Amino acid sequence: MNKKPTLSFKVVDGLLIALAILPILALIVLKILFTPASQGIEISGALIYFTIPMPLQDMPITESQVNSLAVIITVTSLCLYITHGIRAKVETKRQILAEWIVEKVEGMVRGNMGEFFKGFGPFIASILAISAFSSLLTLFGLYAPTSDINIVAGWAILVFALITYYKAICGPVQYVKSFGDPVPLLAPLNIISEIATPVSMAFRHYGNVLSGSVISVLVVTALQGLSNMLFGWLPGFLGDISFLGIGIPAVLSIYFDVFSGCLQAYIFAMLTMLYVAGAFPEEKYALKKQLRAEKKLQTKNN
Amino acid sequence: MEIAIGIILGCCALGAGTAMIAGIGPGIGEGNAVAAACQAIGRQPESKGSVTTTMLMGCAIAETTGLYALVIAILLIFVAPNLLVNILLAAV
Repeated sequence: MNKKPTLSFKVVDGLLIALAILPILALIVLKILFTPASQGIEISGALIYFTIPMPLQDMPITESQVNSLAVIITVTSLCLYITHGIRAKVETKRQILAEWIVEKVEGMVRGNMGEFFKGFGPFIASILAISAFSSLLTLFGLYAPTSDINIVAGWAILVFALITYYKAICGPVQYVKSFGDPVPLLAPLNIISEIATPVSMAFRHYGNVLSGSVISVLVVTALQGLSNMLFGWLPGFLGDISFLGIGIPAVLSIYFDVFSGCLQAYIFAMLTMLYVAGAFPEEKYALKKQLRAEKKLQTKNN
Repeated sequence: MEIAIGIILGCCALGAGTAMIAGIGPGIGEGNAVAAACQAIGRQPESKGSVTTTMLMGCAIAETTGLYALVIAILLIFVAPNLLVNILLAAV
């Protein structure tokens, strides 16, 4: 039976959509207010909105921090919106979408990480969503938080903590032993490769997004110069319009912003899954569990 | 003074350009990966999905060395000149 949605349901829906759109609008307003007036296009890092005085060093609140917080609010309210009014039987369009997302992510986690890690679905889905939405912010002309290494390095450190936790799940002795895995002589190399994991993850994501934006800005500037050279003789304001800059940078943007951004989000999530699952010593853990169960049985019998 | 600053800027630009020679490696590596993936799809068209996923993963990992070079080049262009010129000015 398909019931008509009540008024309060509609109001909550509208509120959630507003909560998803308002942060983006607020970011655009902030960007317009804080961007310094300058001539031409230039490549610069994140704007610093304000600084908080701290005992050791002043803490700058930059564009990337504000943008990523706004992305978190947007993603959260979108999630609340598509799961709003979810029921066991009545299938609305958004419920089908939500179920599809959950099933896809659970299938991906199960396929790549195995049965032990089946609770990792929400974590992987949130990494995917936040990374993809952060990269897609460039479509609104905003600064993508993923092209700032501080944000991406934060995620990579989180993943590194997870890797270390699952590596040390059989106790600290096993964790130290795992570094001298084939031969103890290789321990320094193993330590280096352990540290290289988060570094390479952070650099990969940040380098891809940043290089895309740098190349886009370079192409736009070059096209502007070229069209000034070709059409500069036109009278009045017509001479200042960059005719070649219409449309051509958009093609680049489809690759660098949309395709590359989504691909990097997917790769980051995929590598997270592979590294965490690879760090988990499955056989040793099973052995330990078995030993513990036997001990328990013994004490019970005694 | 101007000559010293000019040398710093020029060397930073040269270093950035030289660092990006590392882009050759990932190019060759990714080309090999994609060629092998195309062959695999040609042999077994039904395994297209999983081959494509694995290829994208492999490309991403092969890209890493190139991205290290890119990060160094970006540091040399946008960060190093200011830093070095400030050090020079402080020393003089």
